Amino acid sequence: MNLPFTKHTLANGLDVLIHEDHDCPIVAVNIWYHVGSKNERPGHTGFAHLFEHLMFEGSEHHDHGYFQPLQGAGASLNGSTNADRTNYWEVVPTGALELALWMESDRMGFLLPALTEAKFSNQRDVVLNERRQNYENRPYGLASMAMLAALFPPDHPYHWTTIGEVADLHAAQLDEVQAFFRRYYHPANASLVLAGDVREADALALVRGHFEDIPAGEPVAPVRVDATLEHDARLYLEDRVELPRLYLAWLSPAMFADGDADLDLAADLLANGKTSRLYRRLVFDERIATDVSASQGSREMAGYFQIAATAAPGHSLAALEAAILEEVARLGAGGPTDEEIERGRVQVEAQFVFRLQTVGGFGGKSDQLNAYNVFRGDPGYFDRDLERYVTVTRSSLQQASARYLSSARHVTLSIVPHGRVELAVPHSIPAAVS
Amino acid sequence: MSVNRSRLPEPGPSRSVQFPAIEKSALANGLGVWTVRHAQIPVVALMLLLRRGAADDPAGKHGLAALTADMLDEGVGTLSAIELHEAIARMGTQLESDIGSDAALIGFSVLRRFADRAMDLLADIIVSPALREDDFDRVRQLRLHRLTQLRDAPGAIADRAFIHLLYGEHPYGHTPIGSELALAGLTVDDVRACHARLVRPADATLIAVGDCDHDEVHRLAAAAFSRWGGEIGAADGAGEAGHDVELPSPARLNLIPRPAAPQSELRIGHVAVARNTPDYHALIVGNMILGGQFASRINLNLREDKGFTYGARTGFDFRRRPGPFALHVGVQTSATAQAIQESIGEIAAIRGPRPVTKDELGLAIAGLTRGYARNFETAEQIARGVTQLALYDLPDDYFAQFVSQIERVSADEVTRVMALHVDPSHLTTIMVGDIDTVGAGLSGLGLGDPVVLPPETF
Repeated sequence: MNLPFTKHTLANGLDVLIHEDHDCPIVAVNIWYHVGSKNERPGHTGFAHLFEHLMFEGSEHHDHGYFQPLQGAGASLNGSTNADRTNYWEVVPTGALELALWMESDRMGFLLPALTEAKFSNQRDVVLNERRQNYENRPYGLASMAMLAALFPPDHPYHWTTIGEVADLHAAQLDEVQAFFRRYYHPANASLVLAGDVREADALALVRGHFEDIPAGEPVAPVRVDATLEHDARLYLEDRVELPRLYLAWLSPAMFADGDADLDLAADLLANGKTSRLYRRLVFDERIATDVSASQGSREMAGYFQIAATAAPGHSLAALEAAILEEVARLGAGGPTDEEIERGRVQVEAQFVFRLQTVGGFGGKSDQLNAYNVFRGDPGYFDRDLERYVTVTRSSLQQASARYLSSARHVTLSIVPHGRVELAVPHSIPAAVS
Repeated sequence: MSVNRSRLPEPGPSRSVQFPAIEKSALANGLGVWTVRHAQIPVVALMLLLRRGAADDPAGKHGLAALTADMLDEGVGTLSAIELHEAIARMGTQLESDIGSDAALIGFSVLRRFADRAMDLLADIIVSPALREDDFDRVRQLRLHRLTQLRDAPGAIADRAFIHLLYGEHPYGHTPIGSELALAGLTVDDVRACHARLVRPADATLIAVGDCDHDEVHRLAAAAFSRWGGEIGAADGAGEAGHDVELPSPARLNLIPRPAAPQSELRIGHVAVARNTPDYHALIVGNMILGGQFASRINLNLREDKGFTYGARTGFDFRRRPGPFALHVGVQTSATAQAIQESIGEIAAIRGPRPVTKDELGLAIAGLTRGYARNFETAEQIARGVTQLALYDLPDDYFAQFVSQIERVSADEVTRVMALHVDPSHLTTIMVGDIDTVGAGLSGLGLGDPVVLPPETF
């Protein structure tokens, strides 16, 4: 299994990666800017994501919607922002590659002349509605905000969510947009992948033609802030929910760091799928939960490992807490079985193969090459990424579970129905969210 | 070389798409075996399409078909539910199961080397599920909990209420999960009877796409599925008969209270048209322009002009019988009345008052045709496409014909089909939101007195 590519760095610092795949007459254009909500400051949260919206509102030489010409050429396209990076992609029929590069390069080089107060104000309203839809008006939607705020201290860049605080979004100013663009949206802070039905030499020439003249910007210094959880925390949040839900989270290794792959597999064997230990115990046998899930949410600077379970009617979050902590301790003490390791390995192998099926979109081959290039400086990391999962052993998984979970401090968050604070696990205090 | 920025580059030609060639055979028991070779990656997508779904639920037993589908993987033969899922997990995959009103789809994608084992497990799941009482109690209880949780999800409340307002006691009048009352009354014998009645080879098509050839798949299918009995060409079930039920005439404006909600969840629509309409392609084009893409009239109006929403979309839910046309949108509470008015205005306008322009038509047709190749990239995408042919009796060359059918659609044709199949005077609106804040503004919409529905109605 591998993901072949060529890499060129233009004089202005833009990384260009090309992967040929001629099975389908389409090309994926995928560009990452190494900026996310981690580059924001308290009082200015939500900005990186709001900015992403403005990238779809036109640039100097095409000051109309970004979607129309590309959809008219048969493209699908989107973008997303997380704590660490912002990505934009188009998947186009081969003949529309030039159009996609023209559009991407115009907004990289010439966004600001087309930016107006009216566009800014409109997209702020759209983002406030995105926040209402996906966080405020959704059951358990504020849990991630409460959890991140408790795990990371107020001055840590992972303290806030990417969608941002409402007050900060209202306070954002147009001149901040201009400063943000100049600082982060330039070739030296970007990585471009073309994957699909292209010939490398032709593709590179097209990229040069469109991007080479965009001036280099100042390199962006990496953000590095250590995180430690000084105390266990027990929090609750009242929400418009029928069934209370418990979240437990621990600080954990950063993406690709030692222990990251172990904890990724630990999440699977603890709580993902009907064969997992917690599903079997909480949902299948004891029937005290309606669902359970776990994830190793690894990011550039740090990760957090989270387990969530919803209480079945008539059962308490305290009972869920006790059972979950017992299973976490058991994994830390005894490690996984040989069968669990073998099952995890086959699942990883299958997932890596499935990941090679699409050239574009979120998680397709172009997105993977950019992830490895931006986060590892090594787009050829696919094989070694697989290897770090294949080399997980009973002993390494047990040690990671012991070190990062069973013997480490954690945050316990109860989401309970309005007016039913007594359903939170004992000794909880209100969580701070806005 | 410096690029010319005075105008956008014109898209050039692309290689033509190789549409999947479908090979078909059938087992003696009537099970169709359809395959497409797509050998780029050592993966096989294996899906069983059953042309039976929630529309086949008997009166008073809404939720039975979905519960039965959910029970299929709760153990087979001597394997417990956990043992079965361990066997699936050892292939590195998980079972996907999806049920709608017309059909159920069950299957998985696996690495090529597991294709034999996957076929055997799929056959066990379909043909000889254990359907044990203890598993039934657990699974039904989980579905009841799910319904409890859905009471707080405004989108789910709106969807369930909307479909019931439009269809009433018609087989399309409930969502597959059913109701708490009906689920509470079901027994494991209901599930066993449902399995015997609906899960039959004559109603099913096995679809395999990937690194496999037809003869091999047929041989594996014959070995695994030949023991599957059931009448060939059996009479249609309750669902077919129930389609004669008269549709209700709901109030124009219906409200479900969600006090202090920051957004109003809206559904606006009516019963429209079936999948086999000759107007299918023109309706797809018309819907793209109205609300089916980012650059649609309604999304540009509500989101990009007014900032009322994160996104709005419309769609015809084409089914074997006439399915709903609907607008789906969540809007900020303060903009609710205006958003309803603007939406209904856009729906009315595309029927003639503001006919589609040449640019709009060109954008919609190009979007549907030039990007068509993207639908045939992965084995699973192709398999899902092929299920549509099996479900709606479409011809083998359907994919190859699609582009020319869409390109043939004219602006006049769009106006004609939208006027024929969408009727503003029959639109039903449901709002899940903060009635105390929104209420007064709704009286000026000309939609009559709003009917307030208690949330537990659905």
